Amino acid sequence: MEAKFEALLRLGDNALILGHRVSEWCGHAPVLEEDIALANTALDLLGQTNLWLEYAGEVEGKGRSADDLAFLRDAWDFRNVLLVELPNGDFGQTILRQFLFDAFNLLNLRALTGSSDPRIAEIAEKAAKEAAYHVDRSSGTVIGLGDGTDESHRRMQDALNLLYPYAMELFITDEVDAEMAKAGVIPSPDTLKAEYDALVNGVIAEATLEKPEAHFGHRGAGKTGKMHTEHLGHLLTQMQWLQRAYPGNAW
Amino acid sequence: MRPSVEQIWDWLDTIPDPEIPVITLTDLGIIRDVAWEDNSCVVTVTPTYSGCPATSIINLEIETALRGHGLEDIRLKRQLSPAWTTDWMTQRGREKLENYGIAPPQPAGGPDKCPNCASSNVEKLSQFGSTPCKAQWRCKDCLEPFDYFKCI
Ligand SMILES: [Zn+2]
Repeated sequence: MEAKFEALLRLGDNALILGHRVSEWCGHAPVLEEDIALANTALDLLGQTNLWLEYAGEVEGKGRSADDLAFLRDAWDFRNVLLVELPNGDFGQTILRQFLFDAFNLLNLRALTGSSDPRIAEIAEKAAKEAAYHVDRSSGTVIGLGDGTDESHRRMQDALNLLYPYAMELFITDEVDAEMAKAGVIPSPDTLKAEYDALVNGVIAEATLEKPEAHFGHRGAGKTGKMHTEHLGHLLTQMQWLQRAYPGNAW
Repeated sequence: MRPSVEQIWDWLDTIPDPEIPVITLTDLGIIRDVAWEDNSCVVTVTPTYSGCPATSIINLEIETALRGHGLEDIRLKRQLSPAWTTDWMTQRGREKLENYGIAPPQPAGGPDKCPNCASSNVEKLSQFGSTPCKAQWRCKDCLEPFDYFKCI
């Protein structure tokens, strides 16, 4: 399989699966403003998905559209990290996951604006503006809840203990990453780690949270497609319901 | 005789934005180019936000308007870079937004005054609003909530 197609699926699937997860909050968030904010964040992510998967389909050259890739693949074909497919948990857990992803997304997109592939560079330029806004909101909310009441603090610490090790999958590199980095198309994710640590550690400290020991890595099982959690399959039954029930149906 | 590019710009200048109909598509600054390529009228449009659900409606509105003026061979081109910025909004557009009750984008990142009573005593309610391009603010003097057009 071509490395660039694989790499574009990783970008698109992270945005798609997180976008879908976040959209599950629509109509259920604790306050109206957060409901709207979550829906808007999901919308941005789905917009980015469309741009990445559209290009992935072109690179693949088999005539698959962004919709085909989103709705007609099964769990083993997805290349998202496990972090984004985990269930939402409570609001704090959702926001913490958002922050851990947003921080990576922003740094990655900013680096991608210098890609040797002009199409990737222009998608990244567009998406980075949105990601900067997302980091602004998710970091502020993590700080507000972490440094909030005893209960909100406890819940945020629990969420961080659960999610932080999953976030480390974002930095695992494999031969696809190496090939893309060598061609100047996509930076190797491990080169973003120092900046990521600086950003995340600062916010975690301000939120009065403690970073857990993340000694176990998730070995990149999601991004390579080797193994997803059971949650992805359940998510897809919802997201792909229409195409599964009415194959080939269009608006 | 095919219409001039200037004529086409004038036509486009009358198409309201589907989500904020008080301003036009050209006020918003999303139409980046109009040109004749052979016998096709090519209109280059940039999206405001990558997931903006109005994008396909905007394309449809452009096509419908130009067809209404007798053009048949119309091609819409999507351009992502340079990415849309609120700096491209026209002065006329900013004024129309404010008169309509939406605070126009400001480089400082928040509205300079309440669009209802002009007080500068305002606070942010949410970074997001009813559309991807807006945030929710409130005036602490007249107590009215209002939309602020995000500056990006
Ligand atoms: Zn006021």
